[in-house]
Amino acid sequence: MTPNGSSGERSVASEEDRKLSYIEAISEALREEMRRDEDIIVIGEDVGGEFGGAFNVTKGFEDEFGRRRILNMPMTENAFIGAATGMALMGLRPVIEVQFADFITSGYDAIVQFAATNHYRWGGAVPWVIRAPSDGGISSGPFHSQNPEAWFMHTPGLKVVAPATPADAKGLLLSAIRDNNPVIYFESKPLYRSLKGVVPEEGIAIPIGQARVAREGTDVTIVTYGAMVHESLKAAEEISSQGIDTEIVDLRTLKPMDCETVLASARKTSRILIVHSANRLVGAGAEVAALIADEAFESLDAPVRRLGGRDVPVPFSPPLEKAYRPSVDDIANAVKELVTW
Amino acid sequence: MRSLSDEELIQVYEWMKLTRVLDDRIVSLWKQGRGVGSTFSGRGHEAIAVGASYALGPDDVVAPMHRDLGCYLVRGITPRRILANQLGRATGVTQGRDANLHGIGDLSLGIIGFVSHLPQSMSPALGAAMAFLYREEPRVSMAFVGDGSSSTGLFHEVLNLAAVQRAPFVVVVENNRYAYSTPLHQQMAIDDIADRGQAHGVAAEIVDGNDVEAVHAVTAEAIARARSGGGPSLIECKTMRMHGHAIHDGAEYVPAELLVEWERRDPIAHLEKIFFERDIVEEALIEEIGQKCRRIVDDAVEYAESSSWPDPASLEEGVYAP
Ligand SMILES: Cc1ncc(C[n+]2csc(CCOP(=O)(O)OP(=O)(O)O)c2C)c(N)n1
Ligand SMILES: [Mg+2]
Repeated sequence: MTPNGSSGERSVASEEDRKLSYIEAISEALREEMRRDEDIIVIGEDVGGEFGGAFNVTKGFEDEFGRRRILNMPMTENAFIGAATGMALMGLRPVIEVQFADFITSGYDAIVQFAATNHYRWGGAVPWVIRAPSDGGISSGPFHSQNPEAWFMHTPGLKVVAPATPADAKGLLLSAIRDNNPVIYFESKPLYRSLKGVVPEEGIAIPIGQARVAREGTDVTIVTYGAMVHESLKAAEEISSQGIDTEIVDLRTLKPMDCETVLASARKTSRILIVHSANRLVGAGAEVAALIADEAFESLDAPVRRLGGRDVPVPFSPPLEKAYRPSVDDIANAVKELVTW
Repeated sequence: MRSLSDEELIQVYEWMKLTRVLDDRIVSLWKQGRGVGSTFSGRGHEAIAVGASYALGPDDVVAPMHRDLGCYLVRGITPRRILANQLGRATGVTQGRDANLHGIGDLSLGIIGFVSHLPQSMSPALGAAMAFLYREEPRVSMAFVGDGSSSTGLFHEVLNLAAVQRAPFVVVVENNRYAYSTPLHQQMAIDDIADRGQAHGVAAEIVDGNDVEAVHAVTAEAIARARSGGGPSLIECKTMRMHGHAIHDGAEYVPAELLVEWERRDPIAHLEKIFFERDIVEEALIEEIGQKCRRIVDDAVEYAESSSWPDPASLEEGVYAP
């Protein structure tokens, strides 16, 4: 069936081989970049040795790159994020691992006061990336489940990305490392090992600031990012049997946001639901809603709706956390309400 | 303790004098209502700012603070650029983006500009030292920090990390006895901040911060040690803040006797005394240096006051690096 020499079958086979988990894609991006560029170093707690980080993203890195490029840090987020800023000012490209996104607050000054303002104030570029393992839904409690992206979106001088697929996890990390500004890269813990996907072997950088239409549809748009992309996809499949055709926009980058893609979808479907697992109040979705109100008001056939975490610390116990986070059912119900509005 | 030749000592004097004349002029401009926003005086800190930074090499990096006017000058920021920055002009180092000595950074001169959040520039300065280690370059990084700032968690994090990394890093603590209105004994229960260095395995020394020869000698030694792989040092320079915290502050909370005592130990007068005692320079040269400094500062005031304001259309420029 397959002609000799055709790339058809082989590409299918190699595609299968190239299925990586979300976390493998992160490791691969980092490893490839480090092989390419000596200026890239890894800095964080427990990132070195055989251990290679709390989630083993840098397992084996010290063997390959040596201790001088994999800097194991004492528990000093404020100091080592600031030190990464100094290394970046000297022309290196540090990739910082904060063990959990929740602990990023211990280095908050170093990020929002120093690194973020630096280029504006006196022109010193700060090309670092913070990898921040974020999000919950896996009973990790109030201090290992947070989604603090809105704090950083509110900070001029930072870029904020939040990939939802293995391909994007790789592609956005490549772009984040190559960018000349401080980038906070929110990786999604619930997707780490649960999600696999085809990842191009050669590094294809996904540009920062470009959203993606994850599902095309005509009746309603869900704007989302991170793990909620997949909950939204499930909800969309569920309600498609009821004749509702849902479009899903995966933002991928939260700052700078791809307003054009969001607005194009809003104008196309006229009904918008915004979903994220960060708490809803003053969350990233509020900015999306405001954008649509400002720029696409005439296109709307229903009010813009938002689903997000409740305004409580992320609770630990499964029934509580379930009540905290938007679920597939919540999303499906909200979409149904919108289309019948 | 002498690490400077007579000739170098005269150069150091020139920098200290320029620092003083510029500092005095800034104070008087603000008192005349010609300033913009607030500003600081580093009067009394000239021996530290100049002495420590004079010991650096051209490829070294330094992160000064708000009392270190002399350091910026020694590294090569001109009085013109400093005053234009203070007056919020387009020709200032930050082009009107940041105030007074904040944000005076210039990587071509090896200066990391500081932020208000003290001592947030310590960690980037340490990072610069870590970059030198990584690249195996024989360069050293220096950070200035106050007594007040030495009580922060970051100060301790940085010293600890510097020691663990054996970074080529020198921390100059300007212990001027006050953090804003708060005297030392309300800040800490120890007598010497140098103890905080020792606690982390950082070589620590105490020096008279008003004696530029001593400051230079100790700093030069620390820099040489750092450069040859001997790790970080902390130098506690004991001095006194001679004006208020910032220009608006009359510092009535400082006992008058303390100021009288430290005025007697003025670092510039001290150096002049050494010149005469050792017969290094004639009075006429001192006079000449003073006049030269005043001419430089007159020119800088003229330049800054006649410089244009930043264009509001540039407001959003430079938030991101290209
Ligand atoms: C983190 C932080 N808190 C408060 C302030 C406000 N503030 C500015 S300078 C200062 C005192 C600093 O004292 P010290 O470190 O001794 O430096 P000095 O001004 O005496 O040279 C304070 C409290 C600040 N800049 N940073
Ligand atoms: Mg002080």
